[in-house]
Amino acid sequence: MSLTVTNLTVRYGGREVLRDVGFALEPGAFCGLIGANGSGKTTLLRTILGFETPSAGRVERDGTVGYVPQKLQIAADMPVRARDLVALGLDGHRLGFSWPSAGRRRRVEEMLASVDALAFADQRVGELSGGQLQRVLIAHALVSGPKLLLLDEPLANLDLRAAAEIVALLKRVAGQGVTVLISAHDMNPLLGAMDRLVYLANGRAASGRTEQVVRTEVLSELYGYHIDVIRVHGRILVVAGNAEAHHHHDHDHVAAIP
Amino acid sequence: MFDSLMFGGFLASTVVQNALLIGAAAAVLSGIVGVFTVLRGQSFAGHALADVSSAGGALSLLLGINPMLGFFGLGLLGALGLTGRRRGDGDLAAGILLGTGLGLTALLLHFAVTMRGVAGAAVSVMFGSLFAAPPGAGVLAFFAALAGILLLALIYKPLLLASLDSELASVRGANIRLVAGVFLVLLALAVTLSAMAVGAILSTALLIGPAAAALRVSRRPWVAMLLAALFGVACCWGGVALAYASYDWTPGRVWPVSFFITSLVLLVYAAASWRRQ
Amino acid sequence: MFAPYLLNAWVVASLVAVASGCAGFFVVCRRESFAAHALPMAAFPGAAAAALFGLGQVYGLVVAALGGVALLLWLKRGQRSDAATALLLVALLALGSLFLSLSGRYADSVYALLFGQIFAVGPGDVLPALVLGLAVPAVLLSGFRPLLLSALSPDLAMVRGIGCTRIEILFLSVLALAAALALPVTGALLVFSLMTGPASAACIMVRSPRAALALSVALALALIWQALALSYLTSWPAGFFTGVLAALLYLAPRIWRTARPAPRSPGLA
Repeated sequence: MSLTVTNLTVRYGGREVLRDVGFALEPGAFCGLIGANGSGKTTLLRTILGFETPSAGRVERDGTVGYVPQKLQIAADMPVRARDLVALGLDGHRLGFSWPSAGRRRRVEEMLASVDALAFADQRVGELSGGQLQRVLIAHALVSGPKLLLLDEPLANLDLRAAAEIVALLKRVAGQGVTVLISAHDMNPLLGAMDRLVYLANGRAASGRTEQVVRTEVLSELYGYHIDVIRVHGRILVVAGNAEAHHHHDHDHVAAIP
Repeated sequence: MFDSLMFGGFLASTVVQNALLIGAAAAVLSGIVGVFTVLRGQSFAGHALADVSSAGGALSLLLGINPMLGFFGLGLLGALGLTGRRRGDGDLAAGILLGTGLGLTALLLHFAVTMRGVAGAAVSVMFGSLFAAPPGAGVLAFFAALAGILLLALIYKPLLLASLDSELASVRGANIRLVAGVFLVLLALAVTLSAMAVGAILSTALLIGPAAAALRVSRRPWVAMLLAALFGVACCWGGVALAYASYDWTPGRVWPVSFFITSLVLLVYAAASWRRQ
Repeated sequence: MFAPYLLNAWVVASLVAVASGCAGFFVVCRRESFAAHALPMAAFPGAAAAALFGLGQVYGLVVAALGGVALLLWLKRGQRSDAATALLLVALLALGSLFLSLSGRYADSVYALLFGQIFAVGPGDVLPALVLGLAVPAVLLSGFRPLLLSALSPDLAMVRGIGCTRIEILFLSVLALAAALALPVTGALLVFSLMTGPASAACIMVRSPRAALALSVALALALIWQALALSYLTSWPAGFFTGVLAALLYLAPRIWRTARPAPRSPGLA
């Protein structure tokens, strides 16, 4: 397993943000971390990264981890090109002034090529579009060769096409043996690619293989109202049904799915 | 000038009377305008106006006119610049552009010293010189403060509405831009009087301190304005009295009035904040 | 202009420019303009206290500027309001004015410490300036990548095991040293201009971080040399030229860019 989360509980000032969360991902898994805003997705990612200390349970990671934050808060004028950001992924933690080296430059160039970012490699990071920035951030996270890639809402604020391209890129990454854990509030863009799903609601998690979870009866139970799973042109689509037609379930009763 | 301080009672001295009058005028107007400055989140604008107006103070020393005119003239110019500024330009732009104003101050102070032989020009403009103010300055400051209060009374309602909720104010048909413009003029006037009292770079203390302390005690605008004015006057007069007394502490070396006033303002603010907790 | 007795001024001013150019680059990238504004103010009473107690000015400056770092961190940790911050800064200036007043050299010192007195640099100032002027760029250059990465995203830095608080404290301390070094030359009120004017111009003019850092240093050197030369020729104060030239440096590339829109697509703002 490249990531095992066991009985994880995280508290902020007395409030339980995550309760008894557990799941495991094998190498090369493409896992969606699905939940509404405020359901604890970011806290779970931050705990896996080691930024937060759990009050119970543990996280076991095999190998290094790459991380893609939701956004960078930088000025458009900041003199950092896409290629500089990727290079910082290689040795951004090192002290000492680095002189440009051919090997380093080649490594960055290959990484940029593998995420189709060569076209805007010399643009300032602050001037990139949302989709372009996500590619560069993914390259930054991957260039040091991690075994696990965590992404915090990378598809938020992207248009449909850019989102589909990012998902395809991540699928390729997973195909090379990197475990991908991607958080999203909308699972639809991920449905064609993810093979595992962790659903978070009110700090509790349900997880399983995608085809086990993405079924009308399971999702309706999880969301607390009727969800339709529609198959069209060989693809799957999840839509909310008539909320009045189905009684609200208490989210606390979400059960782990085998 | 300190002869008049040494001999005769504290209140009998015309220099002291002048200082007390300027201090009170500055404190009352700054306290009242300061409440709106804090409510509107324009502390930085007050600071910027003070930096710009310091060039005016230096200019009036060079020209030999009443420093109040110089402070106010450049303060108005600064206010004009602030209305023209786009929102969100950031501290960086403002700080660098203010650098030209401060550079100009450096130049004019240099001229004041070299061409007119004004001793202590930098001190009196930047750190104030309440005891060296021209004799009529107290009366002029009094009328300036009165004019400022009347102007504030004219725009009081729309200003209060705009300070608390600008969207609501514009829905109600208030001319937000006009009100904001008039308020900047008032701010320039308050900064001018404060600069007379404690100097240009310390004027923020008198403008923001009593008002912020008063708002910690009460959020009701009327009460806050009254308290801010009271706090300010107390600090100014206390500062003048302490400076007067300090003349005996270290013979030959002066304790600046503005140091006492600024310290008292900081104390009042700390006390108000502490009380709140 | 290059008479032997002015050599000290040129050497010290150049060291100041190199340190300020380096520090300014990170001030702009890390958006620490408030610290660049506040730390010289914090250093001001230190110089004044040194004058009062007859100590070396540079020691007073360094100690007070480092004390200013502690104050900044305290203000940041407690999420103090703008009013509290502004009042504290003003109180520091007032404290400086008290020390200067008690030292008996009020008038001259106030001008010198607020607006700088570049030609008053003596031979005794060269050694401390050399130490600080080399230490500041050395530390900043060796921390180049972590400083840049944590400016881009604290989270990305933390993933790579960089302690952001430690980096912040380190940077602010170095910035304080740079401010202490620059204060006697540019004055407390114009340190900000020397640091951020050249750096913000450089950040607009080039896109690569290394090139921007180098350009920032070069522009700071050009600025201080010009200010020195113009001040010598006109006998006007160098602070005036520093303030005006820094603003010109800030504005010129921005006006140039607005006048000639770049051909590439703008992307997301």
